[in-house]
Amino acid sequence: MNVVFFEVTLLFYLVGTIFFLGQLSGRLEEVPRSAFVIAGLGFFFHTLALVSRMIEAGHIPLTSLHEALSFFSWALVLVFLVVELRYRIHILGSFILPMAFISLISAAALPKEIQALAPIFRNMWMHVTFSLLGTVAFAVAFIAGLMYLIQEHLLKSKHRTPLYHKLPALDFLDDLNGKAISFGFPLLTLGIITGALFAEFSRGSFLNWNAEQIGALGTWLFYLVVLLGRVTVGWRAKRAAYLTVVGFAGVIFTLLGVMLKGQHPFV
Amino acid sequence: MNIIVVGLNHRTAPVELRERLAVSETRLPEALARLRRWPGVMEATILSTCNRVELYAVVKDTEQGFESLREYLISVAMASTTEEISPYLYSLDSAEAIRHLFRVTSSLDSMVVGEPQILGQVKEAFEAALNQKATGVILNKVIRKALSVGKRVRTETGIAENAVSVSYAAVELAKKIFQSLSGKTVLLVGAGEMAKLAARHLVSAGMQHVMITTRNFELAVDAARRFNGMPVPFDEFPREMAGADIVICSTGAVSYLIHAHDVQQALHARRNRPMFLIDISVPRNIDPKVGSLDNAYLYNIDDLQGHVDKNLEERRREAMKAEELIHDEVGLIVKWIKSLDALPTIRALRRKADDIQRLEVDRILTKLGPVSPRQRQLVEELAAAITNKLLHGPLVALKAEADAPNGTLFAEIAQRLFELEKDIELPANDDPGHAAPPEHPGEQVRP
Repeated sequence: MNVVFFEVTLLFYLVGTIFFLGQLSGRLEEVPRSAFVIAGLGFFFHTLALVSRMIEAGHIPLTSLHEALSFFSWALVLVFLVVELRYRIHILGSFILPMAFISLISAAALPKEIQALAPIFRNMWMHVTFSLLGTVAFAVAFIAGLMYLIQEHLLKSKHRTPLYHKLPALDFLDDLNGKAISFGFPLLTLGIITGALFAEFSRGSFLNWNAEQIGALGTWLFYLVVLLGRVTVGWRAKRAAYLTVVGFAGVIFTLLGVMLKGQHPFV
Repeated sequence: MNIIVVGLNHRTAPVELRERLAVSETRLPEALARLRRWPGVMEATILSTCNRVELYAVVKDTEQGFESLREYLISVAMASTTEEISPYLYSLDSAEAIRHLFRVTSSLDSMVVGEPQILGQVKEAFEAALNQKATGVILNKVIRKALSVGKRVRTETGIAENAVSVSYAAVELAKKIFQSLSGKTVLLVGAGEMAKLAARHLVSAGMQHVMITTRNFELAVDAARRFNGMPVPFDEFPREMAGADIVICSTGAVSYLIHAHDVQQALHARRNRPMFLIDISVPRNIDPKVGSLDNAYLYNIDDLQGHVDKNLEERRREAMKAEELIHDEVGLIVKWIKSLDALPTIRALRRKADDIQRLEVDRILTKLGPVSPRQRQLVEELAAAITNKLLHGPLVALKAEADAPNGTLFAEIAQRLFELEKDIELPANDDPGHAAPPEHPGEQVRP
């Protein structure tokens, strides 16, 4: 059943992506209402897919790269729907939905089998959930940063493209960026702590300096600096936007690199 | 019967003349009543704004109607000669009059295309006319349609979007840098008119703090009082700049007053919170190098004007869409009016013929004395055949021409030829709450 829900979701996200990308290029200010309904329906089926998979598996479905990517995509759309309902920044959908779709279609291309878990891995889900939610927050920061840099460029060059009209104010984007980092950083911290505890528990050592752990620590340090820089010396606005855009590229690179190489215990 | 307009506007007449003709709201009922008494005026509405005075009327005869409306205006202006006013007037009838009303209501004819007031002004003029029962079925329908077209133009085209004044363009830009202006501070360097206007726009957009500095400190104190703001001594303003999210510079100084390093320092003190700097002085007062600093957004008068020009250009493009929309709507309403014209004519003609026929049959039957039912029937059939054959041509022509460009003319000719003027019964006045006549009135022509 979860496969059917998954495929329905994929279809909705595809159509939603097409709608929202149409808005990016189109002259029209308004996104058709149907685009939000489609995103909402997609999210609904996605939730069903996750829940039914959990029931079938008998544990939280975060044990394979397929499941991780699907959860990542789900959380992204959740963030979009919440921000949309609260602030009506339609253009956000044009950035988030394609990202959610790419993540989900990548998940679709990976082995979907539900994996039987050795009892020792039963408590892994905390580590994975925290790390993934942190990544979602960094993804939102990345999108806010990207939108900031585009709008910044348009304002400086005094070009008024349709995009200029649709993008929100600079300080809103900077604020969103800052909030996303302040959410993401503690989540990542928790993810790393639970991961280290788990490593201690299963392998007898907190840290064994593999590529994944180095990547995670590097990411953690990077965002720590970004966050501290914002709070103390005013690394906000354009600099924060740059850092989060570059930083997220690093996150994705490490995450995918490590996971695809299969060094992570459960992959 | 025709719908006509006689009027003058900001393009055709100087303000002195428009003032003389303008009708204040309080005097509108009286003016309407007076206008209705002019010969041939069946329905009337007066639209009087600061940019135009226009009389819309439904009249029996177009030429006589034009004459009446012009004479009315001349009497209002208390002009001694026709020549004094006539050159400034435009007179339109039928479809052109309706198109004009639709364009006016949609603000295509306004000084600033897309301005929002005119729709309300037309509505008020219409309500005044309704209260005076000065309008009838035709103007009611036409003006209601004009209002709905005006609304459609506003919502369906981008004609009313975007700022079209320099000071308002500054607000529009500010809102692309700051999501909300409340709690933000603006610093006015120099208190020129345009700077004050921009500041006023910013304040009404929610900005709360205003700082003002001028070389002459007393001027700053005076201006600050009006904005409920804070005066800043001129030599201290570069230091105060860190507290300002928006800086508007408009002085008569011939050199730069704000340099890149000033702004750099302010940004540093603000911990890189963005600053929006507007230089509306000529020669410029803010060093253009400021524009290349990160988080400082510098716009000079040309940039803002470019903004406005582009907005105006967009409005003009949108106006084309509006013209198309209006074209279609005018077509529909003209058709309705024409059919309305043919219908009473056809009815009156038919009724007149029937009356004559009945009268003549009765007369001949009394002269003949007693006749058999068969003979009586033959006489009646003869009379009916003659009238029907005689009327066949005119009735067919009237129906056929109802939708043609000169339909009104045909109806008019038929009315004169058959002396129908007194027999025409126009539909009763359409009261405001009454349902609008059908959208496709062509069907009403069927006798």
